[in-house]
Amino acid sequence: MSDDVIAEIKRDYLTQLARDGKRQDGRAFDEFRPVKIQTRWIQQAEGSARVHLGDTQVVVGIKMAMGTPYPDAPNDGTMTTSAELVPLASADFEVGPPSQASIELARVVDRGIRESKSIDFAKLCIKPGEKIWMSYLDMHAVDYDGNLFDACSLGCIAALMTATVPHSKVQIEGVPPMQDAPMPVKEIPIMVTALKLGGQILFDPTALEEKVGGPRLSVSFDRAGNIRAMQKGLGGSFTKDEVRHIVRRGRELADGLREQVMKQVG
Amino acid sequence: MGGKKPEGMVLINDQGLRMDGRRPDQLRNIKIEAGVLKQADGSCYLEWGGNKVMAAVYGPRECHPRHDQDPTKARVRVRYNMAAFSVSDRKRPGPDRRSQEISKISSEALEHVVLTSLYPKNAIDVFIEIIEAEAGTRCAGLTAAAVACADAGIPMRGMVTAVAAGKVDGKVCLDLSREEDNYGETDFPIAIVPKTGEIVLLQQDGHFSPDELDQALEMATDAAMRVYEMQKAALLARYQAQAQAEDEPAEAEAAPAGDHDHDHEDPEVA
Repeated sequence: MSDDVIAEIKRDYLTQLARDGKRQDGRAFDEFRPVKIQTRWIQQAEGSARVHLGDTQVVVGIKMAMGTPYPDAPNDGTMTTSAELVPLASADFEVGPPSQASIELARVVDRGIRESKSIDFAKLCIKPGEKIWMSYLDMHAVDYDGNLFDACSLGCIAALMTATVPHSKVQIEGVPPMQDAPMPVKEIPIMVTALKLGGQILFDPTALEEKVGGPRLSVSFDRAGNIRAMQKGLGGSFTKDEVRHIVRRGRELADGLREQVMKQVG
Repeated sequence: MGGKKPEGMVLINDQGLRMDGRRPDQLRNIKIEAGVLKQADGSCYLEWGGNKVMAAVYGPRECHPRHDQDPTKARVRVRYNMAAFSVSDRKRPGPDRRSQEISKISSEALEHVVLTSLYPKNAIDVFIEIIEAEAGTRCAGLTAAAVACADAGIPMRGMVTAVAAGKVDGKVCLDLSREEDNYGETDFPIAIVPKTGEIVLLQQDGHFSPDELDQALEMATDAAMRVYEMQKAALLARYQAQAQAEDEPAEAEAAPAGDHDHDHEDPEVA
């Protein structure tokens, strides 16, 4: 409630700032906040990462479970993503069943990973047609200051890169015992999100910018700089030129973020 | 409790030491940090053995839904939630019967110390997130929640500190580990207000003789006093750091928390 009132008052201020080429925290329009990634944080999970993106903080955990394959992909493992926007993270998040926002978040992050063929699902097969590994990627927002899409996306890829397939935990008849193996990660997709505010394009928006701003565009890039997934969200519209600008600049920003991932994820 | 102990597993050896090397009356390692989240009005990060817990407080704020409001006092609403990846088999997200029960008794424990009559019609929302679980999460969660309340400047008549005792291989022990929780005989979580000794949460499952219960009560309340010191130290550290950041060394020395309206949670802090 009171937050909405504040937003009303700040809308004019932030919009005017953007028109003058400025942001509230002094960043350039195309400048990301500092990224800090900590992996192997949760011993109970087969993979995990804690990501700080400025004052936004998310925790991602990966659990592996044995299951039966889908009939149309009898030799492939699976991936399931879900996101929880727990009320601990923001006064705007409420108790209750998964909100549309959390479902969109999980699905968009999922597409970036799935469409870039990041995980080699064939290597998650235990016994063809019968037993496969199911990977569950759970994103937990714990401190929300905007841009959960990029923070969660970074968390998922960092957790995947350091995850273990716990082959030694299972014994299947007719399958020789196997040793634990690293998660078969083939591609490192990076998502970059921008927001339109005051006619300007702002990358890595804060919570307040998201609240007073217009539409958001998230773009996932693979290592070659190709586009693997996109999502426009929130009210408002982009022009073709704005979309091209976000993709062109976002591609360079993604390369920078990927370098950070490579450096920080050990 | 009550799980079948694997063949050959010894929970307490002939030297009287437990699987992780602890004596029966020894706590696991505990680390408490106050004011860790930016959005919340108060927050706490707590590690307790293999448990990782975050707690956040929002409020006092308008109570929604309306029918939850109490015209005479504030509602204290605790929500205990486990992350899907916090346990060995993935937990389905969302509330289950166990977490609903823990939320309820934790709310009631905290409500006792909060000066609720100061905020009629308001809600004080306390969120406990179990990021990683290793047995004893309700105690870790409630201990963190009380620190988060104090960090939020919620007026309280005292702290709340929770510790579990139990029985392992016939011996009363403090603060059960995962194996002890799974294969021990008794779990006995308890929360007290350290300043007054009041018991505000108490559960037991398993088996105790009346003498063993006496022993467990003493052991748990003694340990709670030790944890209480860590809670106070965490709050003190948080406000000393803040005072330093504000570059007012003279004031910080005179009253570490006084100028931030946070000392009334416990006069002993200041």
